[in-house]
Amino acid sequence: MKKLSFHPDDSVNAFITTIPEVSYGDGPLSGVTVAVKDNISTRGIETTCASKILKGYIPPFDAHVVTLLKDAGAAIVGKTNMDEFGMGSSTENSAYGPTLNPLDHSRVPGGSSGGSAAAVAAGLVDCAIGSDTGGSIRCPASFCGIVGLKPTYGRVSRYGLIAYANSLEQVGPLARDVSTLSRLYSVMAGYDPRDGTSVDRPYSHTLSADIKGLRIGVPDDFFGEGVNTKVAETVRKAVETLESLGARAEPCSLPSMKYALSACYVISTSEASSNLARFDGIRFGPATDTPKSWHDAFSEQRKAGFGKEVRRRIMLGTFSLAAGYYGRYYQKAQTARQMVRDDFDRLFKNYDVIASPTMPDIAFKIGEMKDPLQMYLSDVLTVPANLAGVPALSVPCGRVEGMPVGLQLIGRRFEDERLIDTAYAFEQEAV
Amino acid sequence: MEEGEIIIGLEIHCQLNTKSKLFCGCSTDFRDNEPNTHTCPDCLGLPGSMPRLNKQAVMYALKVAKALNCTIREDSEFSRKNYFYPDLNKGFQITQHDKPLAEWGKLLIDGDNGEKEIRITRIHIEEDPGRSVHMGTTDRGKYTLVDYNRAGIPLIEIVTEPDLRSPKEARKFLNKLRATLEYLNVFDSEKEGSLRVDANISHRGFARVEVKNISSYKGVEKALTFEITRQRNLLRRGQTVARETRHFVEARGVTTSSRSKEEENDYRYFPDPDLPPIRVASWVDGILLPELPDARRERFISQYGISPEHSKTLTGGLKLAEFYESVAMEDPGLAATWTADYLLGELNYRDFSIDAMPAELFKELLTLVKNSAITDKSAVEILRIILDAVKEGKNPERPQEIVTRLGLAKTSGDQITIAIQEVIAEQKAAVEDYHAGKMPALNFLVGQVMKKCRGRADPGNLNSLLKEILDKKA
Repeated sequence: MKKLSFHPDDSVNAFITTIPEVSYGDGPLSGVTVAVKDNISTRGIETTCASKILKGYIPPFDAHVVTLLKDAGAAIVGKTNMDEFGMGSSTENSAYGPTLNPLDHSRVPGGSSGGSAAAVAAGLVDCAIGSDTGGSIRCPASFCGIVGLKPTYGRVSRYGLIAYANSLEQVGPLARDVSTLSRLYSVMAGYDPRDGTSVDRPYSHTLSADIKGLRIGVPDDFFGEGVNTKVAETVRKAVETLESLGARAEPCSLPSMKYALSACYVISTSEASSNLARFDGIRFGPATDTPKSWHDAFSEQRKAGFGKEVRRRIMLGTFSLAAGYYGRYYQKAQTARQMVRDDFDRLFKNYDVIASPTMPDIAFKIGEMKDPLQMYLSDVLTVPANLAGVPALSVPCGRVEGMPVGLQLIGRRFEDERLIDTAYAFEQEAV
Repeated sequence: MEEGEIIIGLEIHCQLNTKSKLFCGCSTDFRDNEPNTHTCPDCLGLPGSMPRLNKQAVMYALKVAKALNCTIREDSEFSRKNYFYPDLNKGFQITQHDKPLAEWGKLLIDGDNGEKEIRITRIHIEEDPGRSVHMGTTDRGKYTLVDYNRAGIPLIEIVTEPDLRSPKEARKFLNKLRATLEYLNVFDSEKEGSLRVDANISHRGFARVEVKNISSYKGVEKALTFEITRQRNLLRRGQTVARETRHFVEARGVTTSSRSKEEENDYRYFPDPDLPPIRVASWVDGILLPELPDARRERFISQYGISPEHSKTLTGGLKLAEFYESVAMEDPGLAATWTADYLLGELNYRDFSIDAMPAELFKELLTLVKNSAITDKSAVEILRIILDAVKEGKNPERPQEIVTRLGLAKTSGDQITIAIQEVIAEQKAAVEDYHAGKMPALNFLVGQVMKKCRGRADPGNLNSLLKEILDKKA
């Protein structure tokens, strides 16, 4: 085993935990420094999901991706800050304080994998892994000006990822450039019998910048109301760049888009209300000795341990699943989800890749987004890919007001390779 | 008021005897081990753990579904049943809700008015929660200990239609079901807590009461009988039966109302997103059912020529049926009588299962009886000596050894004749009474002779010899 020291100048609060002396072995990622989002279990290293309720929790096992990274020789140097349990788009909802955007400390880095994106953007690590439930990799990648991939659902094992919304989320890579991202991803993807939704589609791909003949669909619905016109313009220019490389772009439409955000929030909060029920102080995490009945003790524990946004989402999800409301909310959301899937299936008959802005705007100021609904709306362009389980990637494509803009590329299931090649071609041309 | 018909439906939870738990690799063989030693991140519900389905458990459940003539769904799915409880590892139980594994089956039982078909509504798979051990009473205890060894043990829940009409029918249904599960080799009825029953009971036209927490076969009949009487008394007094959930308190044999918070749950069922739907069509074809109780009963009658009554008794449990077949060869009729009429009684008296009786020794005993080497009375004595030795944990003696040690060999004709002559000499008055036509005198004399033979004379033989000698003297 080799060793390296890790003492980053973490002025952006990207890390919750850092590991000063890191051992690593040989392999394709030997010595590559990787930051891991704090909702991914690391054996022997505190894993908190940025929540008070998990303070002091040291998992007795590694997440499958962490095992794969270690086997590949990667040096896991720390656990990154995030929105508590992945619930947020700014990394402000953290029990450990907000992470700052390395490009402008007055702005958010995006979220919920904001710590991972900031650590990469600030040059503290070579690359990072995050998780994406409704845009949580792509949003901070876009805001921090790096590359981030939400893989096809099932391609990366979720075993060890502390679940927020199981049916939507994937673990994925973040890096400063496409080739690093591709190297990291090649280690992460593959079948894991411990994850019942895992699919045997490993990723071993040689990058190609040849995108001649690529058919790109540009859905109007992704450029409409709420999207900063300068951001829209920057992305349209990026699409023109792709055309100049031999791709053919055409306008198209994803009509179910108008249901996607609501559906995603109903489904994610429903699943979360169930996933987060286990945080009762009985088996792990901090717990106070109380003479109260278990019912009252659970209530007290959960009220003290969960942040406001987490409690809000648990309540929303509990409501959506309640008898008498299930049909009106959860089931309806599933219907909408199917419509989104059908729309993508239809579009992918004519197009190889869908291109859009990743986020409707550039990184906003810390504390600026006070209304939770406004915050939810910022996920509007990223959630459709989670609903459909298709791969989606964000690659930097320019700047507005000095802040980065992300180009989102969405592909067919199991065609993550095509997205990565398209982003690579764009990056080669743009740099 | 008119008391209507009794209507009973059952929900039966059985633990499947797979080697590992339903969603992880932990061993299910935990009963002799310390609490919380058969656990892992998955069955403790640690954050980031995920369930992975044990195919064996599904195969076992499919066997049961097939044996109960159910329609097996092409796609069934797991759902989460959400509620809080300290022994519930994840804050939800993985079970099946909208799409159970199998539906619409039936089981034939010997009902109150002859053979009867009890309809099965559904069979589904679920995980057992952990176990809470309350220190003190549930309400006033200082604390509760939780053991997760049981968490994740595979269960099947079998739900019947309300087709049962008496506690006795309910017991018969359970006995038949237990036998069927044993024959399928998917269930071990001797493990503590391996079967739990909830019962819905009503008088026709009145509210239905759910009785939970019945954890033994005997308890079911007791709980139902108590609950029916309770309801009938209410109705007789002109009161109403409240629609409610009650708990069976086994120690006191009563049901008590349980209106606690945890009973008023909205379980918020939804499909478990970590477990894809299961499609079992290709698995079902590979399942071959063994001979089931009804078929075995018919075979015993035709193959061994024993009575339908004996056959039913002997096929009522897998081990019993196997025991009978292992001792039946020499004289099936004799073996049936001795197993069903004598051995079972002695076993029940001692709360023993059939395992307690070594088949070899029983076979030897049957041979002694068949060859008239000992009397029936001595044979029963030998049975008891063997079982008592087993009870004390000793190695039982062989029947022949016991016969020799206790001198139980049947008294020979000569010895009986000598005893008769002695008695005739000693009991002159009784002999005279006999000759005077007083019949009770004969019984007295028989008794006296038997006493001299220490009970080892064949009673029929003794009787005829005595009469012969007495009549000669007349």
